Amino acid sequence: MNENKTKLTEEEKKLFGDLMPEELDEIISSGLNRRHFMKLMGLASAGLLASHLIGAEQLFARSAEIGDIADLAPAAIENGINVSFKVNNTAKKVLIDSRATLLDTLRERLDLTGSKKGCDHGQCGACTVIVDGKRVLSCLTLAATCEGKSVITIEGLAKDNELNPMQAAFLKHDGFQCGFCTPGQICSAVALMKEAKEGQASFVTADVRQNQQSVILSDEEIAERMSGNICRCGAYPNIVAAIKEAQTGKNVEQTWLFAG
Amino acid sequence: MRPFKFTNTSNASSAINLLIKNPNAKFLAGGTNLLDLMKEDVERPDELIDLGRLDLTAVRPLVTGNNVVGISIGGLGKNTDAANHPLIRKDYPLLTKAILAGASAQIRNMATNGGNLLQRTRCSYFYDIAMPCNKRLPGTGCSAMQGINRMHAIFGWSDSCIAVYPSDMAVALSALNASVKVMQPSGTARIIAIHDFHRLPGNHPEKDNNLDHGELITAIEIPKNKFAANSAYIKVRDRNSYAFALVSVAAGLELAGGKIISASIAMGGVAHKPWRATHAENILRGKMATVENFQMAADAEMEDARPLAHNKFKIGMGKKTIVYALEQAFKGTGYKA
Repeated sequence: MNENKTKLTEEEKKLFGDLMPEELDEIISSGLNRRHFMKLMGLASAGLLASHLIGAEQLFARSAEIGDIADLAPAAIENGINVSFKVNNTAKKVLIDSRATLLDTLRERLDLTGSKKGCDHGQCGACTVIVDGKRVLSCLTLAATCEGKSVITIEGLAKDNELNPMQAAFLKHDGFQCGFCTPGQICSAVALMKEAKEGQASFVTADVRQNQQSVILSDEEIAERMSGNICRCGAYPNIVAAIKEAQTGKNVEQTWLFAG
Repeated sequence: MRPFKFTNTSNASSAINLLIKNPNAKFLAGGTNLLDLMKEDVERPDELIDLGRLDLTAVRPLVTGNNVVGISIGGLGKNTDAANHPLIRKDYPLLTKAILAGASAQIRNMATNGGNLLQRTRCSYFYDIAMPCNKRLPGTGCSAMQGINRMHAIFGWSDSCIAVYPSDMAVALSALNASVKVMQPSGTARIIAIHDFHRLPGNHPEKDNNLDHGELITAIEIPKNKFAANSAYIKVRDRNSYAFALVSVAAGLELAGGKIISASIAMGGVAHKPWRATHAENILRGKMATVENFQMAADAEMEDARPLAHNKFKIGMGKKTIVYALEQAFKGTGYKA
């Protein structure tokens, strides 16, 4: 075990001391594990964690850090490309194989494993990230095409210790079960808010000939516009409720419907 | 994925020059289809020339003299931007609806207008490199002919290939009488009518379209039409969203009261190219816009259909979809949800 992984700051010690005092010694001695995380999520769903959550999230992210990977020497890659781009507002420069997708570059080279590899063929949306303000599929984007661009992943949505409102709404509404599709769902939904504000139309828009700004999305609109993000646990009603609440800022009751 | 050289340029003629130097090179635009096919080992370019920096993205009025005669859509503009451009939403809502019927928001943000025209069939046998496929490897046979061909063609297929062309956008472009503007290696432009752009499979299903190696789609041009308010794009699919068409119909009616001056109808999901429903159009010209006439036109159009073992349903579905699209177009609700 790398000592750095488990060393807690005073603030973090206080956080875990408050939340699960009986686990504190174990966390200090052997690091965070899945059981601790599940317990944290239990506290989150009971609403006991809101103010602490980000600190905990960041700690988990930190616990997964695997240190810097030494870059391969240029000669080792037949079609090596140097790419400079911004990831979560931090400048990055990486030497990649021309075949590397943005998804693999984020996950394997930049240690940003929040974006998930679901189908790797553009069918599931789990790899959705926001490039230059637009949601795209990182599995079908070559990293080599990202020169000079700005990429936002799930790891870059929170501002300091404050969750993005969409993240908070997904937590509040249980917009997930297993959580695998969630980073893609949330990135997709965050970009969707901007699309709705700009008045972009969808296939179910009432009248595409009318240009309208700041569209408030109905359940049907949300379902259509989020159809590129598959959730095999079927948390769709919760996801729709979360997106509605994030968009309107008003409390939203979840509605359950059988698929028509 | 096989190794490839990645090249980029911000200039159309240098992109073309790079491409013609290498018969195994391909242009990379949105990559939503090409990259997927490269992962599947169906496409095997050894060089990709990235077009992402080319300035061929604008949507602007097409002008002859002092007159606006249509609209020009940049070949490398994104599908999302074409669908949402105010001029297209107002005057070509059929195109907006068709683009929005295709793929997902993420894919439309990536996919380009020219690339959309060049997307390849989603025939599962074409995608499976363990299966014979004349489109992928000429001369090996057509696996779909004896296989599961529920999604396949009912018009214009040959013994070599029964695949269908997957684009929704191109179906609307067919009904809108669009043209594809390409830059040739000589630097001069060539204008190809959308009906001559894609091909029927014949004995060369490996060729999806009539574009030559070294030609680049710079724009799609659409002439003005008189049916913006009376147009509809109806897509029937296995899921409500994010699925390829079983059958789709783009329809526009130019009306004088209840009378049809002319009808433009194209179908998707039924052939190796957007299928222009000329029989139906001919029947409707000059007739009253009634359900009976719509049905007569739809029946006539589907008379030539040659269904395969698993897609006979497309005949009835095609008739009903034509009638429904014409009804929506006539009522002026086709561009509404």
